[in-house]
Amino acid sequence: MKRRKFDVAAVPAKTAGAVDDRFQVATPLRKLLNKVFPDHWSFLLGEIALFSFVVLLLTGVFLTFFFEPAMTEVVYNGSYAPLRGTPMSAAYASSLDISFDVRGGLIMRQMHHWSALLFMASIVVHMLRVFFTGAFRKPRETNWIIGSLLFWVGFLAGFTGYSLPDDGLSGTGLRIASAIMLSIPVIGSWLTSSIFDGEFPGTIIISRFYIAHVLLIPGLLVALISVHLGLVFKQKHTQWPGPGRTNENVVGERMFPRYALKQGGFFMVVFGVIALMGGLFQINPIWYFGPYEAWVVSAASQPDWYVMFLDGSTRLMPAWEIHIPIGDGYVIPPLFWPTVVLPGILVGISLLYPFLEARHLKDRKHHNLLQRPRDVPARTAAGAMAVTFFVVLTLSGANDVIADKFLISLNAMTWAGRIGLLILPPLAYYVTYRLCLGLQQHDREVLAHGVETGIIRRLPDGRFVEVHQPLASGDGHDGHAELDYVGWVVPKKMNRLGALGPAIRGFFYPMERPAEAPVSPGHPPVEPRAEREEIGSGESRR
Amino acid sequence: MTSDNDRRRGLLARLRGRPAARSRGRRRLGAALRLIAALTLAGGAYTVFAPGVQAQENPPLTGAAAEGKALFDVSCVTCHGRNAQGVEGRGPSLIGVGAASVDFQVSTGRMPMARQEAQAMRKPPVFTDEQVRQLAQYIQELGGGPEVPEGNLREGANLATGGELFRINCSQCHAFGGGGGALSSGKFAPSLHPASDRQIYAAMLSGPQNMPVFGDNQITPEQKADIIAYIQETLKHDQDQGGFNLGRYGPSTEGLAIFLVGVVALVFASLWIAGKS
Repeated sequence: MKRRKFDVAAVPAKTAGAVDDRFQVATPLRKLLNKVFPDHWSFLLGEIALFSFVVLLLTGVFLTFFFEPAMTEVVYNGSYAPLRGTPMSAAYASSLDISFDVRGGLIMRQMHHWSALLFMASIVVHMLRVFFTGAFRKPRETNWIIGSLLFWVGFLAGFTGYSLPDDGLSGTGLRIASAIMLSIPVIGSWLTSSIFDGEFPGTIIISRFYIAHVLLIPGLLVALISVHLGLVFKQKHTQWPGPGRTNENVVGERMFPRYALKQGGFFMVVFGVIALMGGLFQINPIWYFGPYEAWVVSAASQPDWYVMFLDGSTRLMPAWEIHIPIGDGYVIPPLFWPTVVLPGILVGISLLYPFLEARHLKDRKHHNLLQRPRDVPARTAAGAMAVTFFVVLTLSGANDVIADKFLISLNAMTWAGRIGLLILPPLAYYVTYRLCLGLQQHDREVLAHGVETGIIRRLPDGRFVEVHQPLASGDGHDGHAELDYVGWVVPKKMNRLGALGPAIRGFFYPMERPAEAPVSPGHPPVEPRAEREEIGSGESRR
Repeated sequence: MTSDNDRRRGLLARLRGRPAARSRGRRRLGAALRLIAALTLAGGAYTVFAPGVQAQENPPLTGAAAEGKALFDVSCVTCHGRNAQGVEGRGPSLIGVGAASVDFQVSTGRMPMARQEAQAMRKPPVFTDEQVRQLAQYIQELGGGPEVPEGNLREGANLATGGELFRINCSQCHAFGGGGGALSSGKFAPSLHPASDRQIYAAMLSGPQNMPVFGDNQITPEQKADIIAYIQETLKHDQDQGGFNLGRYGPSTEGLAIFLVGVVALVFASLWIAGKS
């Protein structure tokens, strides 16, 4: 009997051929796999959010197996001794069981919480990248809006998750949320009693938040993220300007195999960092907070960091109560302004910003090339102003902890926050604006006169001058030639010109790469690499 | 016969016995004697029952208290005044604060105070345990007040009850982890981590600085033992489940950690990955 020969090497091709025979996927897949992504470290920030969302889903599913979303009262009898015999809700008891009695439960809980913080943090960092580089401009306004909505939906996901364990801290947060809802004029009390099914805390809020947290909000997040990514595919990724890059092309790596492999590796790194944090750093030690009781409020009760700016705005708000003499009299409590009006304004401004800027600049063009922050001083300065505003509010949200640990009067912290909120953002605007102009000016100076060499020459008449190395070959007139600024890094040190090797071989410098010609508009690389043309981080182009 | 009888009868009876036989001179003498006797009696009774002016200046101090007074007169008298009556604008009167207060303030090094400020800080104590006991004895004998009982202060304690009482009564200021928290105008609730059983007990009894008094009819001695046990055994000596506790400052340091550790690590990772092209 003849043994049939089994050719292992032919298996993938044969399988692929068989699949294509049945599903006709070769053509669309080729298009997909050949899709080119530009490569720059700052384009990976959004991926951190995506990957931490995946970790959130994985760990969250694990937690649902053991969590009991009910407010029925039980007496704890698990392995955490200092709470044994304490009456508590079933939700809190099952959270304690996840922490102490379920194998691997605590690290899953901690990874879930850390990845939630990381999800929000990377959304914000990604958003700052998109903002400061002008990536939100036409045609990508929709994606900017979806991104902003993702922050607010993530905010809701975080808040509902924070409330679920029903510990002392989450109950305090829930109480504040109910107070915020109550402060809304006219509809406040209706809204609160329909969400809590009566007076706070009621008996159903945990079950309602549970279904919102594990089904509705994640569903919305998945939908928004899909559209977000779909639009990036459809509209293509933006890229930095540079040699060979125009508004009409995309220069970078193909989706498959390099980009996909890198992304796979990056997912592992994100997962690893979250797992490390989940294993090394304690987060939300619910067993110290105890079960929620309305009369128990601990010092340093703060929300998670992405909600802390609202806590800060509440702490800074003066107690201005507005009495409206209609009927029996109507009161708008001071809580309404910092927790309902302020976030409303922030949502509005962030959603509309692309349109406001385009309208202001009368800009109707498509933009696929990014801008360096220094080249758009007004936008960069406005961004710095917004960041300062947010940071002052966030720090004020933790002002009691700061006051206590740094031995500052809490009253002084409050006033510093109030004054800082008004003074620091305009100051940040001015300083950033001047910094941008200074950086621009220096770029232009180098383009016009060349790089400082550090060589001082004494002239026959006794004067000292520094010798500059011009970037462009001389036009026969003093070695100076005018170069146009193209919106990308201008070399400013001799050792970036190829005169010397890189002075410092940093940790992230690719060691196998030989020293190469400088990137400058005047001097495109002598031998453009045939395979691909992309700009690295800027650092890697030394 | 009569003289024999007279000798057996008492003085008053003798005076009353033969009134007719007395001359005017003897009557005068009798009246004078009676007056003197009554005055002596009244004066004697007064000296016995009424608090003498002398009593405050020369109290019958026991040995330890006398030692304590000597220490007091050197280290405390500047602000608390002679005989611990207090000095306006510098230090309060210590009459009636009790040994518990001295125990807490001096053994934690808060007293003597370094300077007048919003709140006294914990420092390495100036006095030895023995000296603290002497000072406490002096203040106790001066005006009475609450005292910390001797012996094991957390005997037969229940951790779960202690935890519940801690969260209700203490965590508002000292925070859920006992790390302390801010109060208004530079005042603060200190961290409970350096405190001993005795100091916590004394603080509850005496209500030092801005702390309210938790007397024995608000929190019974058994409940105090529960609270002390919870602080010492759960908050201080608990192995921290889930890793490094980030100082137990709640979500504020968690937010800091996600940026300083998580985001920084991943930004470096993305620089690395993007550099590998």
